[in-house]
Amino acid sequence: MALPELKQSTTEARLAALSLPEGGCLDAARRAAVARVQTMGLPDRRDEYWKYTRPDTLTAVQGPTAAVFDSGEAPMFDTFDRIRIVFVDGVFDADASDDLSLEGVSIERLAEIQGKDIHWAKDIYGVLEARGQTPVQRPLAALNTAFATDGVVIHVTGTPSKPINLVYRHENESSDAILHHVIKVDSGAEATILENGPAASRFNKAMEIDIADNGTLHLVRAQGRDHERRAATHLFARLGRESVFKSFTLTVNGVLTRNEAVVEFLGDDAVAHVAGACVGDGDFHHDDTVFVTHDAVNCESRQVFKKVLRNGATGVFQGKILVKEGAQKTDGYQISQSLLLDDDSQFLAKPELEIYADDVACSHGSTSGAIDEDGLFYLRSRGVPESEATDLMTLAFLAEAVAEIESDEIAASINDRLYGWLARRR
Amino acid sequence: MAALDQFEAKEGVDQETVDAVREVSTYKYGWETDIEMEYAPKGVNPDIVRLISEKNEEPEWMTEWRLQAFERWTGMVEPDWAMVEYPEINFQDQYYYARPKSMEEKPKSLDEVDPKLLATYEKLGIPLKEQMILAGVEGAEDAPSEGRKVAVDAVFDSVSVGTTFQDELKKAGVIFCSISEAIREHPELVKKYLGTVVPVSDNFYATLNSAVFSDGSFVYVPPGVRCPMELSTYFRINAENTGQFERTLIIADKGSYVSYLEGCTAPQRDTAQLHAAVVEIIVEEDAEVKYSTVQNWFPGDENGKGGIYNFVTKRADCRGDRAKVMWTQVETGSAVTWKYPSCILRGEESQGEFYSIAIANNYQQADTGTKMIHLGKNTKSRIVSKGISAGKAQNTYRGLVSMHPKAKNSRNYTQCDSLLIGDKCGAHTVPYIEVKNNSSRCEHEATTSKVDDDQLFYCRQRGMDEEEAVALVVNGFCKDVLQALPMEFAMEAQQLVAISLEGSVG
Repeated sequence: MALPELKQSTTEARLAALSLPEGGCLDAARRAAVARVQTMGLPDRRDEYWKYTRPDTLTAVQGPTAAVFDSGEAPMFDTFDRIRIVFVDGVFDADASDDLSLEGVSIERLAEIQGKDIHWAKDIYGVLEARGQTPVQRPLAALNTAFATDGVVIHVTGTPSKPINLVYRHENESSDAILHHVIKVDSGAEATILENGPAASRFNKAMEIDIADNGTLHLVRAQGRDHERRAATHLFARLGRESVFKSFTLTVNGVLTRNEAVVEFLGDDAVAHVAGACVGDGDFHHDDTVFVTHDAVNCESRQVFKKVLRNGATGVFQGKILVKEGAQKTDGYQISQSLLLDDDSQFLAKPELEIYADDVACSHGSTSGAIDEDGLFYLRSRGVPESEATDLMTLAFLAEAVAEIESDEIAASINDRLYGWLARRR
Repeated sequence: MAALDQFEAKEGVDQETVDAVREVSTYKYGWETDIEMEYAPKGVNPDIVRLISEKNEEPEWMTEWRLQAFERWTGMVEPDWAMVEYPEINFQDQYYYARPKSMEEKPKSLDEVDPKLLATYEKLGIPLKEQMILAGVEGAEDAPSEGRKVAVDAVFDSVSVGTTFQDELKKAGVIFCSISEAIREHPELVKKYLGTVVPVSDNFYATLNSAVFSDGSFVYVPPGVRCPMELSTYFRINAENTGQFERTLIIADKGSYVSYLEGCTAPQRDTAQLHAAVVEIIVEEDAEVKYSTVQNWFPGDENGKGGIYNFVTKRADCRGDRAKVMWTQVETGSAVTWKYPSCILRGEESQGEFYSIAIANNYQQADTGTKMIHLGKNTKSRIVSKGISAGKAQNTYRGLVSMHPKAKNSRNYTQCDSLLIGDKCGAHTVPYIEVKNNSSRCEHEATTSKVDDDQLFYCRQRGMDEEEAVALVVNGFCKDVLQALPMEFAMEAQQLVAISLEGSVG
């Protein structure tokens, strides 16, 4: 079917402004992705999947500029022993990055493997993204597959001794970055990946994660605080038997953030947790869109999203659990909650279930409201000043999402950040 | 009944069970009344619209209203977002108007109505004689007679056959008649309210309905009047290849109260039939309307052949402060259901409630839910929806709760549960929640589960067979909704729940 005229012209203009890297093992995947973008067209306001978030600045030929923000605080995860891989406005910075060799894992850059004719990443690159295009289209992810300039290609073969930290710096007010990461976790292997920083004025990121039987991957990301930045991220995870995938995202600030997570269970007895905490202020717009597909027996999925909103901030949650025929004994859980600290903020949610198997337990809850007056009164009656009581209540509200992080050390660092952020805004 | 014969052959199933299944799997209202009908030519076009208007002896403004709706409809596209699939409908290959020949001259009283028609309703358990107690209502004998009276407007294909208790209602100031009569007799009320809750261009089916609606009910309850009896409309589709497009308009003026019941059935046929209704309810200050439906259109046979496509737009507008509306629906029929009874909570402290049980068996598909639009301060809404899927059926709850910035201190509670019986069916939930102020609270809960093994075991241990046990557990599951039904429907609803689910286990 032909695309509507406006969609067609927006898509064509965007494609024309980008140059397609040619040759090598990823060539076919990139070309197929271009074709997908052409067929689907880039998203616009009329698309039901973008009902609550305006995609126009994400699809425009040139994104709006974004001032570089100095928060005055040390970079996230700075005190951890880790391997740093630094991208500045989407460009790899070798000097700022650590040596990439570590036992139990091989780390390469996408730009390096690009020229090779044969590479394992070929079986994942664009493959998971393409699978994630049905039943809902995600054209920005296909655009990413086609035009990503760099990224990391990580193969976890054992249990590396320290986490791998992808650091994204933003230094140029009009930068426009497209990064694509591929992560493969072997059977029985386990790794932790940390991501932090604002990356660019406009950032399109995709991450494809393939976890083999019994593999484990932890992903913790703190999206940068630059106020005017825009980001559209996609995460595609495919889980094997008895594998574990746990992801947590902290978002404070950003004028527009759309985080999509697409998780698919292919092996039995696997576990996936996708969690997020966000604190929004002012013209902040934050959208979490999650799609979990159960296509195996006895798998557990959890979606836990908490949003604190004030001064006209908007929080969006679109979550879906799809249980396919035969995916018996599925345990699906989904909760999305918002705390509206003032009358101008809004929370828009669409927590969906689609179930074709009878022996399953799926629940979804969604609540929205102001801070609990009774709790506030209790704290104040104990001598806690109102502003501090509000912070305590806010932290307690976010705690359920932060608790999804398995490492206590990482969870503590996230809590510190949140508390500091709230304290300054008093 | 090929499918049931196969069932018979299955080992380990005793004859009694097979007989019981045969009994309950048979749609009881699938018979047809053999009566001479008069049709408008097939298809829809401005001439047909004019013809329907003419048959109803409508004034010029009404004809114009219809023609404008038709004009708009020709430029509209059929919606495809619901989780239902059906073959493309050829809107030109069906009749838009069918009435029994004997209704050509409008009967002046029920005594003049064709006995065949009266017998039809008698057979459906809806006696069209005044002072008759509705069949099957428990405890009805003991109740004071005026407490049990139900006024009925009976709609047969495209026309209203008759309305009971009109005189007694008139004494109380209540107008209860067919919409065609209201257009003739009370044009000022119809003009003032028609199309103000569901605008002509609201959606594809509502617009089609606006152009070709043939009959339906009209209710006006004047200020301060508590309607002395329950009002009820019974819709019967009888003619083949005929769509039914009824239009209902209920106005509850300041401080009034009315409880309205709606029932519907259709004969069993191989080809699907279209039913696209519009119901508009206006609730003024301090008024209350209770609207209950037991929807039992022919659901198609066990192979998914035939059945009614039920595309309905129902909406209530709480215009005044403290207005209250309550939708209760038991959906067991129709091959395809597309229905979202909604509440616009405009007045301060107005309230909307929605209780629904949707049961889908065999190849039925139901996409139903509600919209609660909170516009006024301190408005409250409650949604309780229970979906049950069996066989190869698909059941979807689709709803919207919207708290506008000005709807301070509003409250919503939503609970939607789904029950699956068998592993070939589906249950889906698609709620939209939009909260735009922080003094309002919004809660949504949903679960999907199969019939609990422990509960089943407990029942069977007490000597119940499996089917009885499932019926009992399911009745418990549905209790929240069934309790909200008026007395007249309570027993019927309980039976319906048991009937639709028996035979599905195992």
